[in-house]
Amino acid sequence: MRIRILNIAAAIAIATVSGQAMAGKADDTLNVAFEEEVSTLDGYKEISRSGLILARMLYDNLLMKDIKTGEFLPALAESYKIVDEKTLDFVIRKGVKFHDGKELTADDVEYTLNQVSKKEYNTRYQITVSWIDIVEKTGPYSVRIRMKAVYPLALEMLAGPLPIYPKHHLEAVGSSGMSAKPIGTGPYRLVESTTGTRFVLERFDEHYAGSPKGRPAIKRLVAKVLPEANVQYAELMNGQLDWIWRVPHDASRRLASRPNLTVKAAPILRFAFMGMNPNFGGGKSPIADAKVRQAINHAVNKDSIITALVGGASESIAAACHPIAFACSKDVVKYAYDPKKAKDLLAEAGYPNGFPLELLTATTFPRSQVEAIAANLNAVGIKTSINEQQSAVMRTNYIEGKAPTYLSSWGAYGIADAGLGTSPFFGGAGDDVVKDPQVVADLKIADTTLDRDVRKKHYEAAQKRVAEQAYWLPLWAFSVNTAQANNLSLDVDPDEFVPFYKAAWK
Amino acid sequence: MYRYILRRSVSGLLLILAVSLATFFLMFAGGDPATRMAGESGSVADIIRIREAYGFDRPIIMQYLSWLGGFLTGDLGRSLYFDLPVSSILVERMFTTMRLGACAILLAVAIGVPLGVAAGCHPNTKIDRFALLFAVVGQAMPTFWFALLLVIAFSVTFPILPSSGLDSWKHYIMPMVVLSYFAAPAIMRLTRSGMIGVLDTDYIRTARAMGIVPRKVLMKYALRNALIPVVSLAAAQFGYMLAGSVVVESVFAIHGAGRLAWESILRSDLPVIQALVLCFSLFYIVLTFLADVVNAWLDPRMRIS
Repeated sequence: MRIRILNIAAAIAIATVSGQAMAGKADDTLNVAFEEEVSTLDGYKEISRSGLILARMLYDNLLMKDIKTGEFLPALAESYKIVDEKTLDFVIRKGVKFHDGKELTADDVEYTLNQVSKKEYNTRYQITVSWIDIVEKTGPYSVRIRMKAVYPLALEMLAGPLPIYPKHHLEAVGSSGMSAKPIGTGPYRLVESTTGTRFVLERFDEHYAGSPKGRPAIKRLVAKVLPEANVQYAELMNGQLDWIWRVPHDASRRLASRPNLTVKAAPILRFAFMGMNPNFGGGKSPIADAKVRQAINHAVNKDSIITALVGGASESIAAACHPIAFACSKDVVKYAYDPKKAKDLLAEAGYPNGFPLELLTATTFPRSQVEAIAANLNAVGIKTSINEQQSAVMRTNYIEGKAPTYLSSWGAYGIADAGLGTSPFFGGAGDDVVKDPQVVADLKIADTTLDRDVRKKHYEAAQKRVAEQAYWLPLWAFSVNTAQANNLSLDVDPDEFVPFYKAAWK
Repeated sequence: MYRYILRRSVSGLLLILAVSLATFFLMFAGGDPATRMAGESGSVADIIRIREAYGFDRPIIMQYLSWLGGFLTGDLGRSLYFDLPVSSILVERMFTTMRLGACAILLAVAIGVPLGVAAGCHPNTKIDRFALLFAVVGQAMPTFWFALLLVIAFSVTFPILPSSGLDSWKHYIMPMVVLSYFAAPAIMRLTRSGMIGVLDTDYIRTARAMGIVPRKVLMKYALRNALIPVVSLAAAQFGYMLAGSVVVESVFAIHGAGRLAWESILRSDLPVIQALVLCFSLFYIVLTFLADVVNAWLDPRMRIS
């Protein structure tokens, strides 16, 4: 449980503390804290961000994406070739060692990818593996990946959520064994752990030369789970911790005033939006009218909410995707904050006195931001009642058509591509409550071709239609606040992963 | 006596089954476990697949019966979240909570009983007023607030105690103080009222009239009787500490059974929840039973009846 922060307690804590010497640098140990428990260190089964971050320390992928340039860098694969739309060939790098000293070969790649794409392996996010038909070893250091259908995000997946495991170990111990004793090729290896709550990683000195992750500068990484935010602040201030993240806006301002700490805001791929279901109530609710949805877009003052409550490096967004994602249109209709226009549109739609509206939201969505949005809607006459639920329950209720609107955020699996930003919500599958035929048709074309120009054209067309029809109220792209010791150099990547292997002492 | 034990055991067992059945149904009432397992990025297709893979698409009663079948053959199942045998997680977490709970209840008794005796022997004096203040503050102050104050005082301002984990004896001090301060006031108040009641009885007056030394009157005749309800209360408080230590465990990042229960509810980890509910119910039943036995030892009237 993450107990709601008692602002006064935090204020007292911050006001009374004196800066102290950092302990981490002295013993070359980076002490970090997460708020959520890690369920498994098998990257294919994990859903917590903390676990996925640790998995990236332990394992490597065939490729690695340079998040700044968008280029796919060779990692465990020395090179790759697109044979045809449904076939990829990879040459595996020689001399790569697993943490147990065995060498990586094509057998490991073939076995891992075939194994995790089987239904019975139960990979948590099937979207990451369901495109793989079969992986064939074509030589001791080469493999061929055949796809079931054309899948433009194949390289993204291979560079992101698909780590390579040692065949001999995975075969012997299975997924739970991999979690208990993970063996990978990554820059760190696990030396000690307490189920879900504490992990001690040590630099793997034989991590392969030429790795895009590089050799870690810091020898040990100790990650522990501290659910209570105030205790995280306390330990950071007295030097027991060197790094924490997801620091709320108000607390980050106070932590920034400490002389021994640095607070940073890093833009991430996660964005917030309010979904509107035109088919709610058999398509007879006020939300079914595009003018009402447009009025809602005009009613919310995104910029002032960002300044006052979201903070950091957050920016407002206009399209149903993250602005830095591939094929996210900049050229969609933008609804400026204009409460008068909102009222006029409501009157035109036949609701001059507004109407009552239920807004679902998750307990994880910052309540202050939800309240601010509701207050903006109330101001134009839409009497908004907030219904806060557990995120999973909320999502199911919305998808099942039990509520007209919901407020949520989306991280797009940390992949900057409209295929994972726009398509999951409007592509016509189970999660799409709108099912606009024009949007579905565009997204279908974009999702099933490798031609980047065609993809761009159709994603942008779909996003334009979504914006015109105002199926969403796109809100803002989030940033994540980190608080860290002054003597630590470390930045969060936009894909919401933390590259601890790049951390260094100043 | 044996009949009594047998009757208590059977009713205890039925109680455990009823609690486990209720928990099972309530978990489903709180939302679809498959949706929670799929996480916020899970698609509808992921949810359907998980539902099939874990058998959540079967009628709830069938799922319960299959869990019960496993339990009766000694199999608590595997955690849906950790993908580990429930028994291995449970042993680790229960042990942590029990160690902390036992230390805390001992401290609560060590503070509550002497303070209650002192207050009871000297009603309406300064010491009684102090005891009352101690009790009121202890019960009125939210546990997490007190815990945070201790962290600010002893981990931040004067950094002499660690604020998270249970790695050394020093780690126990703050959580133990917080937990025991919640339990001690009730023990103190009950001891006080027990003492006041007992000291006013005829047999105490008689004992005093017989010239028995006051210390012996107090310890042997008065306290023994005054403690009877306190034993039951302490047992219930200990049970509460095991099941309800979630706040203290959260603040001090102690990964014990209370926190595990809370987290498991949030992530719909049914096998873990069921096992924890069983353990907690079992503890309560055993504790109240033990309290009865201790009371019987303290009070011969109970033995005869």
